[in-house]
Amino acid sequence: MKYSTGPLPRQPTCSTQTRPLALDQVSPEEMLQFYQRLFPYRYFFQWLNHSPSPSPDFTHREIAFTLQSDIYSRYNSFKGYEDFKKEVLRLNPLRFEIGPQYTANPRDKKLLRKGAFRPLTKELVFDIDLTDYDEIRTCCSKTQICIKCWQFITVAIRTMTLGLKEDFGFKNIIWIFSGRRGAHAWVCDKRARELDDQKRRAIAHYFALSRNGTTVKKRMNLKRPLHPHISRSLEILKDDFQVNILEEQDPWETNDGENILLNLLPERNTELNKELRAFWLDNPGRTSYKKWKDIDDFAKKGVQKNLSTKELQYAKQDIILQYMYPRLDIEVSNKLNHLLKSPFVVHPKTGKVCVPIELDNYEDFDPEDVPTVDQLLNEIDSFNKELNESKDEMADIKISDYEKTSLKIYIDYFAKFVKSVMEEEAEIKKTFSAGKRSLDF
Amino acid sequence: MFRQTKRRALERKNFGREINRNLTYNDRLNLYQIPPIDEITLDEFEGWAIDRLKILGEIDSSILRNRTVAEIEKIIKPLLEIYLPFNSNHYSGSSSSDRDIQLEHERKKDHYSHFILRLAFCRSQELRTKFIKNESMLFRIRYNMVDRVERMKFVDSLDLDWELVEMDEKEDLREKLVVCSGHEFSEENWSNIKNDSVYKVPFEKVPELVENRRVFIRYGKAYVPANLQVSLIMNEFSTRLERALEMTARAMPRLDEDERIIPILQHLATSSVLSADYGEAGDVNKFNSQKGDIAATEVKKLVRHFPLCMSNLQTHLSLDGHLKYFGRQQYGLFLKGIGLKVDEALKFWRLSFSKIPEDKFQKEYRYNIRHNYGLEGGRKQYRPYDCKSIINQNATPGPGDHHGCPYKHFPIDHLINNLQQMGINDKFDLNQIRDFVEKKSYHIACTKVFELTHKAQLQGKPLAETINHPNQYFGLTLEP
Ligand SMILES: [Zn+2]
Repeated sequence: MKYSTGPLPRQPTCSTQTRPLALDQVSPEEMLQFYQRLFPYRYFFQWLNHSPSPSPDFTHREIAFTLQSDIYSRYNSFKGYEDFKKEVLRLNPLRFEIGPQYTANPRDKKLLRKGAFRPLTKELVFDIDLTDYDEIRTCCSKTQICIKCWQFITVAIRTMTLGLKEDFGFKNIIWIFSGRRGAHAWVCDKRARELDDQKRRAIAHYFALSRNGTTVKKRMNLKRPLHPHISRSLEILKDDFQVNILEEQDPWETNDGENILLNLLPERNTELNKELRAFWLDNPGRTSYKKWKDIDDFAKKGVQKNLSTKELQYAKQDIILQYMYPRLDIEVSNKLNHLLKSPFVVHPKTGKVCVPIELDNYEDFDPEDVPTVDQLLNEIDSFNKELNESKDEMADIKISDYEKTSLKIYIDYFAKFVKSVMEEEAEIKKTFSAGKRSLDF
Repeated sequence: MFRQTKRRALERKNFGREINRNLTYNDRLNLYQIPPIDEITLDEFEGWAIDRLKILGEIDSSILRNRTVAEIEKIIKPLLEIYLPFNSNHYSGSSSSDRDIQLEHERKKDHYSHFILRLAFCRSQELRTKFIKNESMLFRIRYNMVDRVERMKFVDSLDLDWELVEMDEKEDLREKLVVCSGHEFSEENWSNIKNDSVYKVPFEKVPELVENRRVFIRYGKAYVPANLQVSLIMNEFSTRLERALEMTARAMPRLDEDERIIPILQHLATSSVLSADYGEAGDVNKFNSQKGDIAATEVKKLVRHFPLCMSNLQTHLSLDGHLKYFGRQQYGLFLKGIGLKVDEALKFWRLSFSKIPEDKFQKEYRYNIRHNYGLEGGRKQYRPYDCKSIINQNATPGPGDHHGCPYKHFPIDHLINNLQQMGINDKFDLNQIRDFVEKKSYHIACTKVFELTHKAQLQGKPLAETINHPNQYFGLTLEP
C-alpha cells in the first residue's frame, strides 16, 4: 500500500536493480553528447506547446530532472526550447519527467497562496510494464526481456489504442518505449489533456480489467454479460493467447503451472479437475497447448454431470483475459499531477533511447532494435568520416546529427505526430473563435 | 439580499409568483438557478445557514469515511427532518393553508441557506470543492427521495442539451445497449431499452458510469439509459454549481453587502466543519458532566474511556508525577468537563504531582487549577478544548510536552504503536487510520479508533457522528 498523498515521482527503477554494475551504463560524457547533438528539443517544445510560439501550455509546464547525483529537482519550467536546452546541457540530467501545466508558472509555486497553484492540464497517460507479467512470463524474468514477452506489450498497445480511439474518440495517441521493458501511452487530444482527476480515474478503471489488479493466482469471475469493451478485447486476444501463451510461454507445462490452471477452472476438486489431474499424472510433459485442449475433451466426455458448459466457457474466457489483457499501472493514469518520463530520454541502465513506437508498425517493434546512445554516437562518427573521405559536393550540405543516425526514423515519426497535434489545436482555436464571433453578433 | 443579483432577478420578477399565489416554491427539488430576492432577518440569515452546515458537515465526514450512498442516506435523512425538512406537496401534516405556509417556509429556508453558504464558501478553490461535493451529495439524497413524476418534471425544467438516441441508431447497437444494462440479450430486454429514452452525452458527464463500465461508449459519447440518468443529473448539478460559485467569487468584492453580514460569512466559512478537515463542537456544554460528578480517585478507572490525547496525558502524568503547563490545561479542562469539581480536581492534581513538595504545589499550581474553574483572576469560566483548538494550538508540543493531538503530533510509528496497545492490530484498519492521518483528517482518524475500540457497543455499525471534541468521545463511550 502506498501512503503518498502528493504526486510521487516514479521511483528511478535503476535503484532497485540487482544486476551487477552494467557495462552498458551510459557515461556522463556520452549523455551530454546525446543532449548536445541528438535530443529533439524543438519538437519536444512543439509537442507540449501545441503551437509554434511559446504559450502557458509550455511555460507553465513542470519538468522534473533526475540529476547524475540522483538528486530529484521538481517544479522547473521554461520560456521556450532554447531556454530548456540550455538548462539540460547545464545539468546533464540522468533523465527528466513531464508533469502537468499549472495555473501559474511552477517556478513561482512558493510565492502563491495555496489554491492559486494547481494542475490544469496534462496528457492522459498509461503505463504498461513487463514486470507486472512476471507471474506469466516463462521466457524471462525481472529486468530481462525478449521478443516473446514483448508480445504482451504489443497486444496491450493493440487493445488500448482501439479502446481509446473507438470508445473515447481520441485521435492523437503516441506510444513511447520506456527504455527497458515497457511502454507509455500519451493521449494528446485537447479533450484528454483537460480531464480532471475524477475523469482520469474513470477512464483508467474503464480500462483496468479488475479493481484489484490482475493476477492468475485466483479466479476472476468477471461479471456477465461482458461489457462490449471487454468482449471486443477478448475477441482480439483469443488468437494472441493461442500463440503467446499456449505455444510460446507454455506456463502450464510444469506441475506448478498445472495447479495454477486447475485453480482457475470452475470449483476446485470437481470431477473434471480430478480426471484432468489423474490424466496429466499418467501422461507427464503435456504442453499447455495440449492441456488447454484436454479441458474441452474431458468436459465433452461428460465426466462431470452438473458442470454447465456456460460455466466452463466463462472460466476459459476469464483465463484468456487474465493472461493477455493489458496490465495497467492505474496510479500513473489516475492523477493529473503524476509525472511521467519524457520521450527521447536515455534509459541509464540499458543506454537505449525512449523512442516512439510507430502505431502503423507497432507489431514489428522489437526493443532489441532500439538504438543505444553509444551506437548513435558511433553512427555520427562513421557518417562524418565517410563524408570527409568522399569530399564531394555533398560535404557542403548541412546535415543535422540526428539525420546521420538510426534515431532519424523515430524523430521523423515524432515530428509527424507533433504536427498533427498542432493541427488539431489550430482547428479547435479556429472553431472556438468562430463560435465566439457568432455569439457576439 | 444580494443587491447585484437582486436587480437582475427583479427584472424577471414574474417568474413563479404568477403560477401559484400561495406558493412561491412549487417544487421541493431546487437547482438553485435563481438567487433569492426577499429580505430576511439577520437571525434567519445565520440560523438557516448553520442548520444547513450541520447537514453538509455530516455528509462531509461520511464521505471522508468512505461510507456508501445508502449509508449516508440513512444518517442524513433523520437530520434533514430536523434541520432542513423536505416534504412533498402531498404532505398531509396539517390543513391545506397551514401546509402551504409550512412548505413555503421549508423551501425558502432551503433556498436561502444554500445561497448564503455559496457566499461563505466561494472564496477559495478548496472551499468551493468541498461545498460542491457535499451539496451534490445532499442533492442526490433528495433526488432519491422524490417520486417519478417530480423527477420527470424536474428533468424537463433543466432544459439539457442531451441528445436523444434515434431509433435507427438504437437498432444498430441493440446487443451492446442490452448487454450494458447488465442483462444477456433477449427480445424482452431489448424491448425495455427500445421503449425508453436513451441519451447520448459526452463521456465526461458521467464519470461514475464510465468507471464502472455501466454504459456503452462510442467515439466519446456515453449512451445513458433511463435508469442511470440520476448520474447525469448529479453531474449537471455539480457543474452548474461550480460555475455559479466561481462567478460569485468574482463578484464578491463588488457586493455592497450589509456590513453586519461579512463577519457572519467569515465565521461560517472558517469555523465550519467544511473549512477544515476537523470539526468544532457547536455546543460544548452538551458533553459536560452528563454522568454526574467524578471523584479524584475515580479518574484512573475511567482512563480507558478517554480519547488517546487524554489517556496519553494521564500515562505521562502517572509516569513523571508531573505535566507541563499546556498538558495541564488540556487535561485539566477535559477533566473538569467530565465532572471533576474543583475540590476533587485539587485533590487529583495533588495526588498526581507526586514529586512536587506541598509548598511548591500550593504556590505554583493551586492558583492555576482554581483559575481554570473561574475562582481566581478574571473569574472566567474556561471550557474544555475542542479538537480544533487542540489540533491547531500555537504551542506545538516540544520534547517533554505531552499535550496536542496524537494523530497530528505523534510520529506515525509512535502513533501506530499506541494504537496497537489499544488493541487495534488489523493491518487494514491501521492503514486506514494512517491514510486519514496523512490526509490531515485527524478527527476522522480518532472517530475510526473509537469505532474500532467500541465494536461491541456499536454492534459493528459506524458511529453516526464524527468526533470533534474529546469530551464528546468520552460522552459517547459511556452511552448505553
Ligand atoms: Zn522474454
